[in-house]
Amino acid sequence: MKLIDRLFKDAPLATRGEITPKLGFALTVLLAIIWLIPFLWMGVATLRPASDGINAMAELMPSLKPTLDNVRDAWEIGDFPRYALNTTIICTGILLVQFVTITLAGFAFARLEFAGKTLIFYLFLMQLMLVPVLLIVPNLSLVAQLGLYDTLTGVMMPFFASAFGTFLMRQAFEAIPTELEDAALIDGASLFQRIRHIYVPLSMPSFSAFAIISVTSHWNDFLWPLMVINSPDKRPLTVGLSVFTATAEGTQAWGTIAAGTLMVIAPLLVTFLIFQKRFISSFVTSGIK
Amino acid sequence: MSLAEPAALPVAASAPPRLLLLKRFSARFKASLPAYLLLLPSLIFLALFTYGAMGRVIVDALYQRATPKAPVRFVGFENINAVLADPAFTGAVVNNLVYAVGTAIPSIGLALLFALALSRTNAVNSVLRAALFLPVLIPMVAASALFLFIFLPNVGLLDYYIGRLLPVLPNWLGDYDIALYAIMVITIWKNAGYYMLFFLAGLQAVPEDVMEAAYLDGAGPWQRLRHIILPELKPTFLFVTVIATLNAVTQVDHVFVMTKGGPSNATNLVLFYIYQQAVEHYDIGKASAATLLTLAALMGLTALSFRTMANREGGS
Repeated sequence: MKLIDRLFKDAPLATRGEITPKLGFALTVLLAIIWLIPFLWMGVATLRPASDGINAMAELMPSLKPTLDNVRDAWEIGDFPRYALNTTIICTGILLVQFVTITLAGFAFARLEFAGKTLIFYLFLMQLMLVPVLLIVPNLSLVAQLGLYDTLTGVMMPFFASAFGTFLMRQAFEAIPTELEDAALIDGASLFQRIRHIYVPLSMPSFSAFAIISVTSHWNDFLWPLMVINSPDKRPLTVGLSVFTATAEGTQAWGTIAAGTLMVIAPLLVTFLIFQKRFISSFVTSGIK
Repeated sequence: MSLAEPAALPVAASAPPRLLLLKRFSARFKASLPAYLLLLPSLIFLALFTYGAMGRVIVDALYQRATPKAPVRFVGFENINAVLADPAFTGAVVNNLVYAVGTAIPSIGLALLFALALSRTNAVNSVLRAALFLPVLIPMVAASALFLFIFLPNVGLLDYYIGRLLPVLPNWLGDYDIALYAIMVITIWKNAGYYMLFFLAGLQAVPEDVMEAAYLDGAGPWQRLRHIILPELKPTFLFVTVIATLNAVTQVDHVFVMTKGGPSNATNLVLFYIYQQAVEHYDIGKASAATLLTLAALMGLTALSFRTMANREGGS
């Protein structure tokens, strides 16, 4: 009870005696613990030796004889380093091209006047309404026609233009005082020099917010790479994990599945725990994605 | 600039009207050219993968091949009729509606509870927020791999701890009447933490002085929630509902990993049906027709929500 009182010590005086907020808080704590159980099981099962038998597999108490056998098995059965490399290439490739396209388009919307601005703005907006995930069928035919079936470029291409990123950069650029640009203009800076040396350096927070959203969403993409990629050595982590899970499920190797899953999500979880605040604020801006 | 204008005006006025219009148009185009060049890279990819894809869906929905190698022939609305008559598709639509309502309401409700409980920033609350947010970050495929074991009959986590309380152990993913609800549990677990962020942001907008006045007038926690907090969160609710609906249509990775739409189509959702038609049956015509119907429904929904949002802004 003391602990709960301490947590509520900054609540307004009139409300400190109320019981409902405390019940809500207690319920939330309980649910947060339940929310963590799948992760807890993943960690415990990864370290559990196969000798404990299938009936102890669900036990959440860690085994007394922890082993890394499951990690080794997963590492050998699944081609995880290769999958991780492919996912890294896909995410980096998409992000680099997006940086160029959203900077240029964002600048045009923020600082230039041109005929048909409203119309083109709505054309961009359409991408937010026609969710790319739903267009997998026509996009697969197009990627095949371009000769990009079963290539990582084919996986990346539909995401090279980003309406969400363009709007984010437009907002960031509009907040930059025009005086800075005028000064550079007097010094004879060209359009690209102004973007490169004034707008881009001053918009780094927006770029990093966009990078977080873009990388996490493409790190987690599954259905689209599943359709485009055919060769096993070009699979990204998600597709690799699904194939790995299907194989290991047949042999009831749940410890190995837990280890494989841990390997796939560890990079994202570690990055999140380090840059927690950044992640949370980026995800709030991502609503319109 | 202002010095040049008076001199230019009389000259322009004396030119024939049509030439003037052309001149003005080309002048505007010239002035707009830098902007067009900056927009070009984005527009090329949008043209290929958004507008082009949209056009392609419409065209592909009107054609059909007898066999994968046969030439296409025009069939009009036959594909759309075939999809609408396919019990697997109508079943997937019904499943998707149940799934949308059954995931949106609990995850939004939980998100609101979490945000209200954790709205004040302190060390304990930050840890709890992070715990609730973790599932948002991991791929749906990874979440499915973990839940495959949780739902495993007899030895899985759920049966091991809770199943003992039940007289008969259900086969969570194998039972026709339960599988869809099992799938929904994963979605709720994965998305509630995401929606929580929007409610946390929305709660910042609740005016402090109004809350204080309510405390002083003796309004209890439920009254404050009902009459101050909820009205203030209305835009957040609308926004989160749209996202939750979009997610209900676009997140199907767990269906693929866990059930493949089974048992007997009990967990088949619309996007998975589209995937099956295109990849497993090579039926691009039917897949496109189903895509077209889904897009039409979604666009209607977003247009409606944009309109209500615009109306509210205009009205208040």
